[in-house]
Order: sequence, then C-alpha cells, then structure tokens
Amino acid sequence: MKRRNIASVSSATTADPARVVPYLLSLPAFLLFVGVVLVPIAMTVLLSFHDWGQYKGIQPVLILKNWREVASDGYFHEMFLRTFRVALLVTLLTAVLGGPEAYILSRMRPPWRGMFLLVVLGPLLISVVARTLGWALLFGGSSGVINKALINLGMISAPLPFMFTETGVVVALTHVLMPFMVLAVWAALQRLDPQVENAAASLGAGQATILRRIVLPQVLPGVLSGAIIVFSLAASAFATPAIIGGRRLKVAATLAYDEFLNTLNWPLGAAVATLLLLALVTIIVGCNRLLERRYAEVFR
Amino acid sequence: MTYLVLDRLSKTFGEQIAVDQLSLTVGRGELVALLGPSGCGKTTTLQMIAGFQPPTSGSIALEGNDLTAVKPAQRGLGIVFQSYALFPHMTAAENVAFGLEMQGIARAERDRRVQQTLALVGLAALADRFPRRMSGGQQQRVALARALVIQPRILLLDEPLSNLDAKLREDMQIELRQIQRTVGTTTLLVTHDQSEAMALADRIVVMNQGRAEQIAPPHEAYERPATAFVANFLGRTNILQVRADADGVQIGDGRWPAATTAGPTTASIRPEKILFAPAAQRNAVSGVVKTRIFQGNHWLYQVDTPTGLMIVIRQNSGEAVPSEGDAVRLTWRSEDMMLKVAGEART
Repeated sequence: MKRRNIASVSSATTADPARVVPYLLSLPAFLLFVGVVLVPIAMTVLLSFHDWGQYKGIQPVLILKNWREVASDGYFHEMFLRTFRVALLVTLLTAVLGGPEAYILSRMRPPWRGMFLLVVLGPLLISVVARTLGWALLFGGSSGVINKALINLGMISAPLPFMFTETGVVVALTHVLMPFMVLAVWAALQRLDPQVENAAASLGAGQATILRRIVLPQVLPGVLSGAIIVFSLAASAFATPAIIGGRRLKVAATLAYDEFLNTLNWPLGAAVATLLLLALVTIIVGCNRLLERRYAEVFR
Repeated sequence: MTYLVLDRLSKTFGEQIAVDQLSLTVGRGELVALLGPSGCGKTTTLQMIAGFQPPTSGSIALEGNDLTAVKPAQRGLGIVFQSYALFPHMTAAENVAFGLEMQGIARAERDRRVQQTLALVGLAALADRFPRRMSGGQQQRVALARALVIQPRILLLDEPLSNLDAKLREDMQIELRQIQRTVGTTTLLVTHDQSEAMALADRIVVMNQGRAEQIAPPHEAYERPATAFVANFLGRTNILQVRADADGVQIGDGRWPAATTAGPTTASIRPEKILFAPAAQRNAVSGVVKTRIFQGNHWLYQVDTPTGLMIVIRQNSGEAVPSEGDAVRLTWRSEDMMLKVAGEART
C-alpha cells in the first residue's frame, strides 16, 4: 500500500505536467521581457532601415540610407568619438578616485564605516537630474555660486568654463556614477581575507608594498567589473550630458534624442541608438571575456 | 638557554581582560603549545608576539632585545595563520618567494631556497599551482613553507591544523613535528585541541581566562595536573568526593592507603588507569556497569558506584569484557590517584 503510494508520487513528478510547470511559472516574466525589451529593440533595429523625408515622413522600406549616413558623415564620427572619450575618462576617474575611497571605507571602524558608506551611496537616492543641476548651480556661467564667489574675490576675471564643455560633462558624470565603482570595489574588498595583509606584513612588506602587491591585484577584478558598469552607464547617459552639455555638446544618447524629437527623423535616430547599443554590447562582452579568462585560474 | 621571554604580559579590551599577567620563557629550538578553550587569550598572546596587537602592559623580549616597539615587518617571525592567508593571486612558489623578495635576496638564491623549502613540505611538484586549486592540506603546507623559508627567529602557528579533517590532521601532526625537528626553529603553537598540543609540544601552557594554569611537559601536565581545570581539559578524569582519615581514603567498599590529612577531599583518577579487579581484592570499589560503548581500539564503560558514576576505559585486547548490568569491582594503584587536585585553592 505504502509502496504503491510512493511509486505513484514519483511517477507523477517525472510525468509531463511537472516538466512544463517551471516554464509556465516563468512565462509571465518571459512575456514581459519580450514585450518591453525584445520587441522594442527589434522594432528600433527595423526602423533604422526605413526611409524618411521632410514631406513624405517615414517610408516602411528596407534601405541602408541611414547607416550609410552615420558611417560617412564626420558629424556622427565626432559624436561617437566624444561619447566613448567621455565614457573612458569617467571610467578612469571613478577607478582612480573610487578605488582608494572604497579601501579607506573598508578600513574604517564600525560606527564610522556605516555612516560614510551611507554618505557615498546616499546620492543614489537622489535623481540624476537633481544631482546634475547641482553642478549647474555651482558653475553655471557667471551666476553660478562658485564662479560668482571666485569673481567677487578677484581670483578669476571670467567664469570658469564648465557648462557646455566636455570637462563639465566628465566631472558631473564622474560624480553621478562614483557610487557604482565604490560598490564594486567594496564587494571585492569584502572577499579579502583580513589576515592576508598581516601575513604580508609579517614577511617584511611595508604598507605601500602590501597595497601594491597584495591588495590591488586581488581587488582588480572588482575594479574592472565596476569599470564595465560605469563605462556602459556613462556611454549611454542622457540626463547629465543633456543638462551640462546641452545642444552644443552632443553625445550619442542626446543625438538620438534630438533626431527623434526635434528633427523627427526617427529612422536616423534609430540607427544612432542601434549603433550605440551594438558598440556597448561588443565592448562589455569583450571585457567580460577578458576578465574571466585572465582571472579564472586565480579566483574560481 | 632563554630565547623568548614574555614578562607579565597583559592585554585588556575595554573592561575585558584577554591576557592576564602571562609570563613564559621559551628555550631555543623548543616547541611550546598555548592550549586552552576559545576565548582563553591564547590567540591574543600570539597576536601580541607577532606585533598585530600592542600589549596593554608587560614586555616581550627575543634574545634579550625588547620586541614591543618593533613593527611586525621587522620582527622576522614566521606565522602560519588559521585561514592560511595565502596570496590567492600568486602561485605556491610565488607565495613562498614573497618573504625572500622583501628581504632583497637575489633571484637565483631565492629560487633555490623556494625549491628547497617546497621540497621540505612535500610540495615540489605543485610549485606553479594557485592556492584555490589546492586541497586544504596542500594550502597548509604552502603556508608553512612561506613562513619557514625566511628562516624566522620564531615560528608562530595559529590553530594550523583546525581546518583539516581528522585523518589528515593526524598525518600533518607527525609531519609538522618532523619538520620542526629538522629545521630546529623555535615554535609557538596555539591550539584548542589537547591531543594536538600533546602530540607536538615539548611543553604546553594550559590557559584559562587569560591566565596560565600550568606550564609543563605534556606528560607531566597530564599525569600531574596542577589544577582541576587542567585535569579536566587534558583528557577525561574521574573526580570523586571522598573522606580521608589518618592513613588512607575510603571509597565505597574499597580502601586505599595514602599520606593525607583527615577530612573530606577529592580524588581524581584517569579512566584508563582503572582495572576490573577479582572479587577478593581489598582496594577495589563495587559497582554495576551502566553503559558499555565500543570505540574500536577501546571500550568505554560507565560504572555506577556508591561514590557516583565512574568512567572506565579499557583496551580492546580481545579478553572477555563485562556486559551492561554486570556487577564489577574497580581498582587502581594508589599512585594513580591524585588526592585533592588544587582548584579549590584558586579563586
């Protein structure tokens, strides 16, 4: 009697309905993913092959006009070059500033560590637009608080060029994206055995040597994964370049926005957006592959 | 003769006293074990010797020079950490070479010494492997090689075998002892495992609540425990409440001659020193076997006697053994019985 029960239960779990259940359960999420991610991307890619004219509007044909334009026009080359230059600079700056920041945080004593971690991560709770506008208030032309103060103190005669400059965009983006780098390095530091530094010290290594030879190599994967996050966010950032860079200093994201909403040339905007997506995916997948190959031996 | 001297070393964390006036002298080439339960201050003591914790008071002297103000990097000590603390981004050979590199030793000499030390710990074949790809025992050997290669003035071992499984631990105990004998490095071992301390050490320091309860060779500490804590911590022991009179003690229906003062006292007898006696024997206690447990190489009995439950351990020698419920008589030699283990004397 008992035996038969067990047999029937086990046969039920291997039967067809049981195998279908996991798929059924994940179906809603899958449909949502298809609906809000895959379909719009596919439509954008398709759109980039359509034709457009001032008076005829969007023509649903398949031509390479937009792609040829993006590939041949120096204007677009400049945009994309600027986008990746800014993203690279922001990534380097967050790594150089955020790495030490995370290390100092991890060495703090408990009450202070929690407080300062909150200080570092707190800005994430505030809108990117608000944080970027803060920079505009500080440096925006001759009425910006800092520019005004420096001019009144007689230290500078003209306001510091910040708005509508690449420097301004890089500085503001670095500030906005810093928490992501700190978090990534922080996570890597948490995995560090605290005794490892003591071990190096007992073998005669000074503090600088310990940092360079022991801590840095172990934290490097964390820095690199933080760099991937920061780079992709910086390259696709919209709000900060739009506010600081404005119309004069466009990057790929603001360019696509302008093509869509000002020129109303949707197909060209779609081509720009698709190219940005492809470039980012290529760079990120490449970096990830490199990271995994380089550190597989050590960290897996 | 004296090499390392700890003089009234103390460490307090706020209100809590971690190490309390610990004094210890270690001779050159000696292996001394700090043994005690967790929280007894043994690891804190090691950390102070290594220089990772400053002592609250007292001093540490090595070859007559005060170490207290010397930075950890300049102390020249080899440390094997409980977690091994290997550098995961370096191969075994690079791990071992690190200390020599810090000393600025030339490449050829360095390679030679790394090879030699890896061979000493039996890892010559795994020099190019990363720690994550090694077993616990192999990582342990790398940690040992890394500490030994710099020819440390003292080798500090912090629970070195606690992360290994029982069988491997026994093998490593023997090997560790042999390596220490071969190299002759003065060694301080911190452990909570009494069998490890007894197997490895020339002398053991039994610690409890920051104090040294007894400092003695393992055999002596086991046979002549200075306090009740030591008696209980080192192996099992039977502690009986007995009455002594002018020329002996009466335990149940048995009588043992002993030189002691009359009055109530305690007697402690190691379970393996107790024998089953023939019915006629005078100095023996009658009892009934309550439980009998087979443990492979020995039998463990609990025997109900008029003075309480006694534990008896007998070798599994193949002779007939009493069963549960059998009436037995237990005997032991007078000299195997310690009367009044000091312990009440301490506050």
